[in-house]
Amino acid sequence: MSELINLLRKNGNETPENIAKILNKSLDEVKSEIHELEQKGIIKAYQAIINEEMLDQSLVTTVIEVKVIPEYEGGFDRIAQRISKYSEVESLFLMSGRFDLLVFIKGKTMHEAAKFVSEKLATMSGVTSTATHFMMKTYKLNGIEMYSGEKDERLKISP
Amino acid sequence: MKDSKSLHNKVAKIIQEIPRSGIRDFFDIVSTREDVISLGIGEPDFITPWRIRDAAYRSLDYGKTSYTSNMGSISLRNEVSKYVNSKTNVLYNPEDEILITVGVSEGLDLAIRSFIEPGDEVLYHEPSYVSYNPIIKFAHGIPIAINTKKEDNFKITREQLDKLKTRKTKLLLLNYPNNPTGAILSKSEVEMIADFAISNNIIVIADEIYSDLTYDQDHFSIISVPGMRERTIYLHGLSKAWAMTGWRIGFATGPKLFIESMMKIHQYTMLCAPIMCQEAAKEALKNGNVDLQLMKEEYNQRRNFIKASLIEMDIPFVEPNGAFYIFIDISKFKLSAKEFSIKLLEHKNVAVVPGTAFGQAGEGFIRCSYATSLDEIKKAMMKLEEFIRIFK
Repeated sequence: MSELINLLRKNGNETPENIAKILNKSLDEVKSEIHELEQKGIIKAYQAIINEEMLDQSLVTTVIEVKVIPEYEGGFDRIAQRISKYSEVESLFLMSGRFDLLVFIKGKTMHEAAKFVSEKLATMSGVTSTATHFMMKTYKLNGIEMYSGEKDERLKISP
Repeated sequence: MKDSKSLHNKVAKIIQEIPRSGIRDFFDIVSTREDVISLGIGEPDFITPWRIRDAAYRSLDYGKTSYTSNMGSISLRNEVSKYVNSKTNVLYNPEDEILITVGVSEGLDLAIRSFIEPGDEVLYHEPSYVSYNPIIKFAHGIPIAINTKKEDNFKITREQLDKLKTRKTKLLLLNYPNNPTGAILSKSEVEMIADFAISNNIIVIADEIYSDLTYDQDHFSIISVPGMRERTIYLHGLSKAWAMTGWRIGFATGPKLFIESMMKIHQYTMLCAPIMCQEAAKEALKNGNVDLQLMKEEYNQRRNFIKASLIEMDIPFVEPNGAFYIFIDISKFKLSAKEFSIKLLEHKNVAVVPGTAFGQAGEGFIRCSYATSLDEIKKAMMKLEEFIRIFK
């Protein structure tokens, strides 16, 4: 199972037929394992990794450090889940260190992001402070290098 | 005209007589074409892992641009000693039993020149890496090919060894995991060869460059057999498993007397391997295992993919247990290895190497390398399938 997960981590688009060949398993076996992973919610989705900067209308990513007061009984979960409901929020993590939550949001402009922080996030009860960073350039995303100039320059035939 | 003939004759006869390598002939054909999907490359598609490249940068920052000891830097020899010990349980003294060479190719040349006197015979198995036969000839030795066979899974048999040995047999050259067949030897097969070497007082040169790349069972080295450490030169290097072909770092380990003899040639012809490459190799042996394992896993997945594809196409092959080659039996298509390879290239733009580039024993086979991305392999397998339909 872990082999299958590692393979899908690298290429979520791989066909079950190819996966079966790569992992030396039967097609049925692979299909049922994938089905099981999806059913259990271990695989949540399959997405493409986009080089945003090559798009005409690229999205701006903003990273916000958020300090919050944990709630009685709910801890960090309740407030974190409330923040995550906003469609602007792409990722959200509970962190150790000098802040509590790390929020990644995507918007069309920096202005849009700033508006979200000042109007929605900072005003939420339980949020005590925010620090906003705009992401300027992506060099590597989910293990994929965006600007690798490395080419295959080997001889076409060698002993 | 007469002049050019007389100048031609100045070239040493031994060099004149060595034919052009079959692989170069084929390379010339392939290089006239564009967008070739190549399964013909004998080196990793991976770029040297970053941590190793970074170590080389740092060595330049620190101003490491000098010669090292002829034997190689002692810190690298220490790492080699630890590495070989961890793989084979055999311990070599870094002081005088380990020599850092410029790739295994140099190590092989040094080893052969250290032992061979004109007329001495060297047993080696074919199909084999292309250098063995000429290197033996350069040293005025006589190469005696053991033609390994499909029915023996391209392994040497005792019968063949006993038949080919003479009073003049001095060396046996071993290369398992094998390029081009991907064959490996089991412990008992290695012990059989060791017994042959000991009972006939033959020195073994073990080229174990692919020993880290086995997929179904661990490699067993001949130096681990009792009685073999004292009569074996063990050759290995960083090129394949650590994806460091261009750095040209190999090493030779063996008894002090043998290493000292090889060192005599090395010190006057090569002096030492480049220091920055030695620094990179040290990092590879110290911390490169993580990367090695990742690459190996990837090779294994590609290997599985090719095997499954060939089984679907009903094309037989030699079980690819090691290295990153699969030796495919194309005899049922009634074409020679070379004809098949050229037709495949002309019709489908897929390059493979005809088995005969590795000796006549490779007739009826093609070598496919899986040191190429899975995407390329997928395309190549699709094209191969289209190609073989011509024969149905």
